[in-house]
Amino acid sequence: MKAPLSWILEHVDVPAGTTTEHLTDRLTLTGLKLEAVVSPGRDITGPLVIGRVLTMEPEPQKNGKTINWCTVDVGDANGTGEPQGIVCGAHNFAPGDLVATVLPGGVLPGGFEIGARKTYGHLSAGMICSARELGLGDDHDGIIVLPADAGQPGDDVRPVLGLDEETIEFEINPDRAYALSIRGIAREVLVSVDGASNFRDPADRDTPAPNADGHPVVVEDADGCPVFVARKVTGFDPTAATPDHIVQRITAAGMRPISLAVDVTNYVMLETGRPIHGYDADKVQGAIVVRRARDGERLTTLDGTDRALDPADLVVTDDSGIIGLGGVMGGETTEMSGTTTSILVEAAHWDAVSMYRTGRRHKITSEAGKRNERGVDPTICEAAADRVVELLVEHGGGTADSGVTVVGTPPAMPVIEVAGDLAARVSGMPITEERSIDCLRAVGCEVSGSGTLTVTPPPWRPDLTDPQDLTEEVIRLVGYDHVPSILPTPPSGRGLTHSQRLRRRIGRTLAGDGFVEVVTFPFVGTSDLDDLGLPADDARRDLLRLSNPLSAEAPFMTTTLLPGVLRTAGKNVGHGNVDLAIFETGAVTLPRHSGPAAILPVDRRPTDDEFAALDAALPAQPLHLALVAAGDAVSGGWWGAARPVTWSDAIEEVRSVAAALGLDVTASSADLAPWHPGRCAELSVDGEVVGHAGEVHPRVCQAFGLPKRTVAAEVDLDLLIERAVHLRPAPSFSSYPVAKEDVALVVDASVPAADVEAALREGAGELLESIRLFDVYTGDQVGEGKKSLAYALRFRAPDRTLKEGEAAAARDAAVALAVERTGAVQRA
Amino acid sequence: MSGPNTDYDPVEVTPLKAEQVDEMREAALAAIAAAADLDALKQVRIDHTGDRSPLALANREIGALPPQARKDAGQRIGQTRGAVNQALAARQVVLEAEHEERMLVEETVDVSLPTTRARRGGRHPLTLQSELIADLFVAMGYEVAEGPVVEAEWLNFDALNLGPDHPARSMQDTFWTEPAENHVVLRTQTSPVQARTMLTRKPPIYVVCPGRVFRTDEYDATHSPMFHQVEGLVVDEGITMAHLKGTLDHFASQLFGDGITTRFRPSYFPFTEPSAEVDVLCFVCRNVDPASCRTCRGEGWIEWGGCGVVNPRVLTACGVDPSVYSGFAFGMGIDRSFMFRHNLEDLRPLFEGDVRFSSSFGSEI
Repeated sequence: MKAPLSWILEHVDVPAGTTTEHLTDRLTLTGLKLEAVVSPGRDITGPLVIGRVLTMEPEPQKNGKTINWCTVDVGDANGTGEPQGIVCGAHNFAPGDLVATVLPGGVLPGGFEIGARKTYGHLSAGMICSARELGLGDDHDGIIVLPADAGQPGDDVRPVLGLDEETIEFEINPDRAYALSIRGIAREVLVSVDGASNFRDPADRDTPAPNADGHPVVVEDADGCPVFVARKVTGFDPTAATPDHIVQRITAAGMRPISLAVDVTNYVMLETGRPIHGYDADKVQGAIVVRRARDGERLTTLDGTDRALDPADLVVTDDSGIIGLGGVMGGETTEMSGTTTSILVEAAHWDAVSMYRTGRRHKITSEAGKRNERGVDPTICEAAADRVVELLVEHGGGTADSGVTVVGTPPAMPVIEVAGDLAARVSGMPITEERSIDCLRAVGCEVSGSGTLTVTPPPWRPDLTDPQDLTEEVIRLVGYDHVPSILPTPPSGRGLTHSQRLRRRIGRTLAGDGFVEVVTFPFVGTSDLDDLGLPADDARRDLLRLSNPLSAEAPFMTTTLLPGVLRTAGKNVGHGNVDLAIFETGAVTLPRHSGPAAILPVDRRPTDDEFAALDAALPAQPLHLALVAAGDAVSGGWWGAARPVTWSDAIEEVRSVAAALGLDVTASSADLAPWHPGRCAELSVDGEVVGHAGEVHPRVCQAFGLPKRTVAAEVDLDLLIERAVHLRPAPSFSSYPVAKEDVALVVDASVPAADVEAALREGAGELLESIRLFDVYTGDQVGEGKKSLAYALRFRAPDRTLKEGEAAAARDAAVALAVERTGAVQRA
Repeated sequence: MSGPNTDYDPVEVTPLKAEQVDEMREAALAAIAAAADLDALKQVRIDHTGDRSPLALANREIGALPPQARKDAGQRIGQTRGAVNQALAARQVVLEAEHEERMLVEETVDVSLPTTRARRGGRHPLTLQSELIADLFVAMGYEVAEGPVVEAEWLNFDALNLGPDHPARSMQDTFWTEPAENHVVLRTQTSPVQARTMLTRKPPIYVVCPGRVFRTDEYDATHSPMFHQVEGLVVDEGITMAHLKGTLDHFASQLFGDGITTRFRPSYFPFTEPSAEVDVLCFVCRNVDPASCRTCRGEGWIEWGGCGVVNPRVLTACGVDPSVYSGFAFGMGIDRSFMFRHNLEDLRPLFEGDVRFSSSFGSEI
């Protein structure tokens, strides 16, 4: 809400010397937060004074233009008292007129510095200003001619033009709808600023008594429209201009001046908070009927939009049909125009919820709707309508019709019982019951009783419905700045949960291994999944769609973190970060298609079943980890050659993470997008698949702008964390000597090394301490389609030194089982 | 070799003559002193104490002497061998030290050579900021509560006193999911976690909930459709706004420095009543001559978050008896806190994923 200061102070007095800063500080502390103080003249500096045009010589120029060589009396403002010579291109003035004159040294909006300069053969010392040059509007047709009584030559012109008028912009919270008006803000000044007094309520006026002579109105839905007031002005001059002060004020308040009739309704809305609608009375046919819309009805609203109406929309109708969307926007057929001479003024109170729904349904946001849906004082319809009539008559030369239609009565305010000490109990401040009562009365409540107070809020405060609402009123007036600072003493906590600690451990492990964490948005489109090369039936294509995505390209919640990390990796490579390792952890969204999450009642706790059903209706959201690496894992240098990232790095990093949780990962060959079909591992823990890792498919690398041989992994961290070892037993190890045996086995190239190792391990028996594959050889010496696997085996007994030949025997048993299981041949 | 001389018969055994032995000693000591390095000394050891050395040979002759002479000669040879071995050991020490010194000099490297071979990792600063905040509260005895990002509408709104027609719903631009009748949203705040906490725990409740939230804000320097919030919730007997103020003052001083306090301004949130905006004292200028301060833009205070006393309607919907318990809640942006704590003016680097950004924060902030 933007409120010109002079307008506020028209309705409340503050002590002399109260600065704008003090005023806004106080209002901010009681809940009307200052956003900005602006004045139209804030960009103007230097001498800007009233000048009287003394002489004016038209001088035609070669370029076809005629300029005026003027002398202007600027009093003593130029230091000499001599007339100022100024060249002016405008012609809408005459000698004797008072004009706004900026003298050399002045600066106009846009940093336009004024000096004395030679032009058209004269030394022009200053400028006679137009409205646009002063930042007062777009009117560039001529210079501003001031009223004859504007002042003396040499006087500052700023006050005359309202250039020094300060407008205060407040942030208005949704519960303080009353402050969307000068009336409400002035009232806040009264209760917030020390010494403020003499509130003059713009809605407090004598209004003519309702009679039967007014325009006939029937309200069929009194819940939707409890009050409907109609007044009429006839003989209105549609060409009458809006007075400057109204234009300035509604402009300052952020509304666009349109015509006197429209401007006046807006002016009264800003002043009282009550939205008003004006109809061209000559276009209204017969009685006005307020009702809900019917199926299939349509209305073209003032903004030219043809709208299909909903049976829940409140509409205003006449004999011709629907003429307005009640409280939200009028219709085109009865719109006031440049020929309107008869105006029907509607001031109606509308049901706030209905206003909110209609506004949302039709996506209409308007100044009227904003107020109606937050709640307006229902008791001021007659006053507001009367004020509009008064202004129309005063400035538009019309006649107020004697008919006054008033249908309905304002709904009664609720009566709230509140404990007299509640404010003290809630705030922790020693607020007495008396103080509470004073504060409540200050904001307009009627209060009676003691111990338990019986409170009726004022009609402009529909937000006050609960004891706690009243408490806030008391505490904000006592002052939030007086709330003491006391630390509560919680019971002993249990620290982080096991899962929370493990997630930190996972992040530290990855960072320790050289991976950098990234955070990406979880939004994807089908093109992202196409880029991953996911087949049409891939489960990851079952996506949760957003109704209102920011981008039509990415309307889904992702089922995999890979598009985000691959995209981010691609951007990094584009930025020259070519040796790259990144990871992301985050929830993915896996739809369960399990039906709606119920809207439960709020006046009681949901049952455990109801609560469980809510969770069951949500998609599964397991925590995933995705990582990508590209370029060199170890860079080259004086120590030797670089080691490029390979498929195995992706698997190893998952192993590193799993090891941090005390888990072993088994890798077996798989074929899953987006990985290279020959270089993709399915990763399992205790026989359950937890994710995949390997080299990214070359086509996918290309799609994401990544170099070939980029590697990636994605795992379900929830599965890992579930299985993580809580308590690891302390190890014991043998201090007897170790016996080492090496074996080399030749197997078919297709035999997984893991199978060979498993056979060796099993065959070696319990004396085997460790086994390590230290070489893989393919080539002539082992023959086509074969590979040689060389293992180092270590044997040790926990309780004795191994006897001669024991280790060799165990090795032979290991080899024998490997031969049997994998067709291996021991290499000599 | 001479045979044993069983009778005392002073046979002349030349190598055992005192002069001869003295010569051997002198020769050995001279050779030891002359040995220039460990290899030379090794040779000297062989030459003068080895099996074929004159001293060893002389030693073997002792047996040929009659008992009395055997004793004298034995003593002489023994002393001489002792002296030689001592000199050898002493020389060994000297030469080893010299060798080591030379070797260490020879092995000198250029320690200014680059040493970084592997990439440095780093965790995301928002993760670190979340953990830091969680730790501050865990230290006070709070626990960290969590909940899903894709959330039931009822938990995100209704349970928090944001009924279907509450104007405040339009304050928060919500991402809705399809089909609409499923009533599932991307949570617009971490407050549903508060509701979940009250629904699953009994008071006293002291929890803090950091997490990701979503609003339909176009992505620019100061807005992001996804950002991070931390909320706190306390439900206990006798909880007041003063406890809220005390907690936030403590939080502010822990996060921004000693003496940094908070300021409350009346505000509106459906889930709290009374509600307040929290400003934190500018930790750069401390509101002393703030006009030129870039961090608070001349305000002296920085908008930090929102808070208030939990609305009894919320307690009721979440199964907490408002006649017994009261509570407070607060929430602030983790991203925003990070931005002004670390002087970041444009939030986009947080979500662009350039590794140069995150890696600069390492594993702890």
